[in-house]
Amino acid sequence: MQHLSHLLGVESLTTEQISFILDQAKPFQEFQRYPLKKLATLRGKTVAVAFFEASTRTRISFTTAAARLGADTMALQAESSSLKKGESLIDTVRTLEAMRPDGIVIRHGSSGAPEFVAKRLEIPVVNAGDGAHEHPTQALLDALTIRDRKGRIEDWNVTILGDILHSRVARSNIHLLSKFGAKITLCGPAMWVPRELEDLAPNVRRTTRTEEALEGADVIFVLRVQTERIHEPELAAEEYILGYQLTAKRLRLARPDALVLHPGPMIRGLEIDSAVADGPQSGVLEQVTNGLAVRMALLYHLIGRAPVDAPHPAKDRSNASD
Amino acid sequence: MPLIRNGRVLDPASKTDAPLDILLDGDRISKVGANLSAQGAEIFDVKGMIVAPGFIDLHCHLREPGQELSETIETGTRSAARGGFTAVCCMPNTQPVNDSASVTRGIVERAAAAASVRVWPIGAASVGSNGEALAEIAAMKDAGIVAVSDDGKPIATARLMRQVMDYCNSLGLPVIDHCEDPSLFAGGVMREGPQSVRLGLKGIPAQSESICAGRDVEVAALTGARLHIAHLSTRGSLEYVRWAKKQSLRVTCEVTPHHFTLTDEDVRYDTRYKMNPPLASREDRDALIAGLADGSVDAIATDHAPHHPASKDVEFDRAPFGITGFETALALGLAELVTPGKLSLMRLVELFTTGPARVLGVERKIAPGEPADLTIFSTNQEWTFRADESPSKSRNTPFDGRAFRGAPMATIVAGRFAFRMQM
Repeated sequence: MQHLSHLLGVESLTTEQISFILDQAKPFQEFQRYPLKKLATLRGKTVAVAFFEASTRTRISFTTAAARLGADTMALQAESSSLKKGESLIDTVRTLEAMRPDGIVIRHGSSGAPEFVAKRLEIPVVNAGDGAHEHPTQALLDALTIRDRKGRIEDWNVTILGDILHSRVARSNIHLLSKFGAKITLCGPAMWVPRELEDLAPNVRRTTRTEEALEGADVIFVLRVQTERIHEPELAAEEYILGYQLTAKRLRLARPDALVLHPGPMIRGLEIDSAVADGPQSGVLEQVTNGLAVRMALLYHLIGRAPVDAPHPAKDRSNASD
Repeated sequence: MPLIRNGRVLDPASKTDAPLDILLDGDRISKVGANLSAQGAEIFDVKGMIVAPGFIDLHCHLREPGQELSETIETGTRSAARGGFTAVCCMPNTQPVNDSASVTRGIVERAAAAASVRVWPIGAASVGSNGEALAEIAAMKDAGIVAVSDDGKPIATARLMRQVMDYCNSLGLPVIDHCEDPSLFAGGVMREGPQSVRLGLKGIPAQSESICAGRDVEVAALTGARLHIAHLSTRGSLEYVRWAKKQSLRVTCEVTPHHFTLTDEDVRYDTRYKMNPPLASREDRDALIAGLADGSVDAIATDHAPHHPASKDVEFDRAPFGITGFETALALGLAELVTPGKLSLMRLVELFTTGPARVLGVERKIAPGEPADLTIFSTNQEWTFRADESPSKSRNTPFDGRAFRGAPMATIVAGRFAFRMQM
């Protein structure tokens, strides 16, 4: 298998690479339950975590994943950064690079920013979400959650509900699940589900009718309404709720064992009803835990650069930190 | 007296395509004929090359005054000369905007001192190109402008367009519009389509341009004035121009080399592919080529838009729009239009010479008494364009490193060599 040098998006990954990362994440999932959650695998390594856009869960997840692998992190956050003083992205990341991190995790509001950085730096770049482009670790953790809850990733009927046009989570999930044979239905208000989305990957169709989209669904993704990225005149919340909120009643149209996922942060009462968010079909909290496992697997692969057949660090207890 | 000898003279004005010699006298052409006597002449043997009337670029940005970090009249026109252009029309979106006779005079004086080729300024239509009050158009005309435009932006409203057209009509000036509906454009950074959706970049629908083109054509019908549509990039806009021409309205348009060469599929996150109007769909690109061939399009214009390297070395959505274009224009025309057989060589030359001249209401031909402005080029010279060897101050071009067959060999302006290929 081709060793990854960056993770910029899911689109360019092979199913083999995706499966490898998910397999590598498996022991890290169990590891999260250990009383002593620290490995020495990346001891002495430093991960730069550069968030040019506000984020809580993804930033904490990456920072914690790095810490649990034994790596140090250096954090840059938009609010406190030199960006406010007008420094360019390239100068900011070159400054970070000069402090010799072994990899950099980037969240940025501009689509393509991680690719832009990767072309100019020597170290591995991990895309932690770029504009409306991709959020690859989110799709990987979602795939891990699907595999855990439903036994496999392949060939599900997947429905993605919400503002697809502005969603990087949707794009990464469409690419990933389509590679594994999913039939994907995109559903949302018409202006957020343009026909060009059908060209993103094979077996993608769209509808504006929630009931039709949910019928027979095995996996349902509920997206957050991304008010900060919308340029179009705003849609009234009441309209959205009326047409697109995932309610317990609507969920009954899907398969009885359908899994409900949400990338967070979740606005209860807007895109999802509390009864669904907290119900037995929801995988929301597992997603968060799996995020740690996937990000550990990824940092281990990109920065540790162990051979693909090396013993897994989370299984090798001699590797535990002292 | 220079004698341009053994060239193949292509002159669209007289439909001449023949091996002819051209004798220059000062800044004028003195004789054109076969086997002219070389007695007392300084001979320039251009065997195997094409000799055409001097190329005119209707659309460029020389960035002076005010943005000299990106380009100056001196560097920009040296680049233009290398591209075979003998005259370039510079857009008024400088700092300050060329909306008054004093700014126009500054450009004309600077050009007289430093330019390699003729510089024909275009004046702003409205004060500051802000879309409100009319600029001092008549005074600017006296100072030397050849057209008006609020380029970079559309002329703001149909009402203002009507006033500008009426006024310019009385002055005999063409009105050039950058067609765009700002409410549909809405912060977009590339053409809306499958690629913008894939990349997660905010799209600009093709209709953003054609809605404005349609408005302009209607106002041209209302006023009977001369309308020229800048950097036309969509099939929809072209259909409006075709319709206007059928109605005998005085409507013309130009297409840039990048719009007939590239499409939105070429866009990734490389800011050298970011320009306005954005690269169009394949269908639109093919429609533009058909328009270039059938006469619906009047001129090829570069929209040479230099930007300082640091300003383009940023995230795609934060980069300014525009690419440089003088030095690759002819070579792209040969490679993309003539070599594949879509246009004749004569038609390509027309799009660089008599076509743009007609837009400005001037003549351009090779005949005794005419200005000695000539573009000499080869259709088989092989070369590779290197942006870092360009006299331009900027490097923002997607064609850096592209290998070409066919190149400008010499540019003669007013009887003097503005550029000669070193051989």
